[in-house]
Amino acid sequence: MSDVLTVQGLTVSVRDVALVSDVELTVGPGERVGLIGESGSGKSLTALSVLGLLPEDVLAAGSVRLSGVDHELIGADERRMSRVRGRHLAMVFQEPMTALNPTMRVGDQVAEAMLIHRTRSSRRAARIAAAELLELVQLPGVMRTYPHQLSGGQRQRVVLALALANDPALLICDEPTTALDVTVQAMVLDLIMRGVAARESALLFITHDLAVVATVCQRVLVMYGGRVVESGPVTEVFTRPRHRYTEGLIAASDLESADSGPADVGLATSAPRRLPTIPGNVPPAGQFPDGCVFRNRCAHATETCATLPPWTGTPTQGFACHHPAGASDA
Amino acid sequence: MNRRLNPSLIVGGFIVGLIVLIALLSFIWTPYDATLVDSSIRLAKPSWSHWFGTDKFGRDILSQLMVGARTTLFVGLVAVGVAAVIGVPVGILAAMTPRWPSEVIMRSNDLLLAFPALLLAIMFGAVFGASTLTAMIAIGIATVPSFARVIRSGALQVMRTEYVLAARAAGRRPVPIAVRHVLPNVVSLITVQASVSFAIAVLAEAALSFLGYGTAPPTPSWGRMLQESQEFLFSAPRLAVFPGLAIAVAVLGFNLLGDGLRDRFDPRLEDRR
Amino acid sequence: MPEPVIQVTDLVRDYPRPRTSLFRRAPVVHALRGVSFEVRAGERFGIVGESGCGKSTLLRILAALDRATSGQVVVDGTDITNLPERRLSFLRENLQLVFQDPMSSLDPRMRVRDIIAEPLVVQGHPASGDRVRELLDAVGLPPNAGDRYPHQFSGGQRQRISIARALAPRPKILVADEPVSALDVSVRAQVLNLISDLVDELDLTLVFVSHDLSVVKHVCDRVAVMNAGQIVETGTTGEVYATPAHPYTRRLVAAIPTLARALTGTTTTDLLKGAPT
Repeated sequence: MSDVLTVQGLTVSVRDVALVSDVELTVGPGERVGLIGESGSGKSLTALSVLGLLPEDVLAAGSVRLSGVDHELIGADERRMSRVRGRHLAMVFQEPMTALNPTMRVGDQVAEAMLIHRTRSSRRAARIAAAELLELVQLPGVMRTYPHQLSGGQRQRVVLALALANDPALLICDEPTTALDVTVQAMVLDLIMRGVAARESALLFITHDLAVVATVCQRVLVMYGGRVVESGPVTEVFTRPRHRYTEGLIAASDLESADSGPADVGLATSAPRRLPTIPGNVPPAGQFPDGCVFRNRCAHATETCATLPPWTGTPTQGFACHHPAGASDA
Repeated sequence: MNRRLNPSLIVGGFIVGLIVLIALLSFIWTPYDATLVDSSIRLAKPSWSHWFGTDKFGRDILSQLMVGARTTLFVGLVAVGVAAVIGVPVGILAAMTPRWPSEVIMRSNDLLLAFPALLLAIMFGAVFGASTLTAMIAIGIATVPSFARVIRSGALQVMRTEYVLAARAAGRRPVPIAVRHVLPNVVSLITVQASVSFAIAVLAEAALSFLGYGTAPPTPSWGRMLQESQEFLFSAPRLAVFPGLAIAVAVLGFNLLGDGLRDRFDPRLEDRR
Repeated sequence: MPEPVIQVTDLVRDYPRPRTSLFRRAPVVHALRGVSFEVRAGERFGIVGESGCGKSTLLRILAALDRATSGQVVVDGTDITNLPERRLSFLRENLQLVFQDPMSSLDPRMRVRDIIAEPLVVQGHPASGDRVRELLDAVGLPPNAGDRYPHQFSGGQRQRISIARALAPRPKILVADEPVSALDVSVRAQVLNLISDLVDELDLTLVFVSHDLSVVKHVCDRVAVMNAGQIVETGTTGEVYATPAHPYTRRLVAAIPTLARALTGTTTTDLLKGAPT
């Protein structure tokens, strides 16, 4: 019952347009949870609400509680939030350059992260710890370099070291490897996994990449149009999706089985390389239909879908769909 | 959302519009003939017959201010026109040519930028004779570098886009690319730069007229009114206050308009919620 | 065996970097270090590599938007390597490009119909409304899309407009530079299908550049793997994917996370297999 993160009824809106609606989300101690969605799904806004980093004109309502913090995070003032961020709660964003101070040496930045929250007794101790952390992310000897002297992947590793500096209870990663090359991504993902495992930190991992989530996380929440449409253990959701959106998303991204049989079909033959698709486009944020947010792109939509589908299942495993996939054997 | 009509744009637009209206009105009506000398009412205080009073020759100040607005707008148009007509092509050219020619263009640009605008105008006045037109052409030329710089950086961004690459791959030649793609995409920059330069030109004209190198008498000009008020600065400060205020308000108006247009056109703000 | 439409021999491209000192020589970046390959008519040829491997430089030289330092590019029997712009019109008609970024690849100040007609206008063909509507239809956009501006479309739709523009002059060769990497997953499949269908219908030769080997494997017959300005491995996509020969390719293949492998228990440590330790 002692979840690290508990989000209840989270709604995020801009000038009366809801961008995120009724998000329920829990992350247990040491658990790795994925939040998956396309553009406009509200996944990043959800993360930013937890961090209290929403832009000024964007309002969050609902409840966000973090274990070890005795106050509500939504609406908490900047002074209280800054004590939580970087200590109990740490983050890694997509763009590592903006997360680092370009005028400070890398080692000083990592050391400072610990001094701010007084988790090390002295500057000396913090510097030693910083060097160890940087070694841990396989960047030995970068203490005295500046961020611009590092590559994108190296910078992201510095950001990770920074995030792990105070052994946070929860690490939030928002598309941490999207801007990186595949081989670099593999390394950063592995370092994230090892980092949270060593600290028994919980992980909230946000991405649009199904395969990455499946590799990194134990449990996943699928978001579309600002709502959680399905959630459950990774193997369950990805092998037996119930929501029609999840089903379509998995089919559309499965390049492997679309190449029916062996892909080695030889030269100049044009195999029917067609992927199953979800028709239409992702609507701009705030312009999703009422009722089921997916109904204007769904082949199974009927009139009932104009009403909001109720959540079926338990809080940690379920879906919100009037015409779920695999209903007959359910 | 009100970004399209931000406060700067509204206030700036209002002030500039008002100046344009007054200048237009002065063609058909002014309270008095702005150049009419009447020694019986020299240095009259503001009254119902002369709202802003009269100057040392008995000329109506309000009428002079109204006609002076024409000079101000004329000055701005000429200076900005000269600056834009030279500066925009130079900026685009510098962005589209390869490294060496581009360097030469921009360094000579920097040279001109380092040259004081007023000095250039005074030299022009000495050579071609002091007049509003020569002064403004000089101010225009002196503003070319800042124009060219801004346009070049904008054009460089456009040149790096994939639609320019696509146009080149389709066989578009440099000049059509400049006209079809680069120019339309830097128009907003030109507008912003023009309104800021307008303000600079108005100030420069005032300064030059004050120094005696600008608008020649008897054409009314805000700057010259200021100059003529010098000797009465203590006895009749209003003579300096009214044209001074007019200049300040006009410059503020054009700067606000420039700011407003920048916000309105900033591509980073466009189509973002 | 069909004729090669693109023949690249020992291509080298060096860029001078800006000088860092007045006295030392300007440092040089070797973007391409001797690249050779052939693409046959009607083939779907993939080029895979990570950022900075030289694939973008290679594309630009193929499209004669950049000049090689040395080496040779022959397209459709004509050596384009040192051809002046005015003699490149055959290439400008026959080879068209689709770019990665759906935001920056369309001029925001032009209507869609003018964007699509641009290559036609350039080459002096009458750009009829019919042809534009035909192209819009071919890429699955409604006829009235021509009257609108690019910002009124979503990323996937913009990429369709890009494709329509590329097809306008009826090219023989379509060069796609990461055409789906900026798109949402659910839209990516649509655009991949569209490219596949059009290549088949119009008998195009496709050169498809991507950082994502799994996408290339899906779309292409043959693939060249690039690393540090060189092609390290060439082969049919199936072979390269299943039995990569070069150590770099092995690392690359291992690093690709896939749903199927993840569900059978592949961990992030497995993704690093083949990596030098």
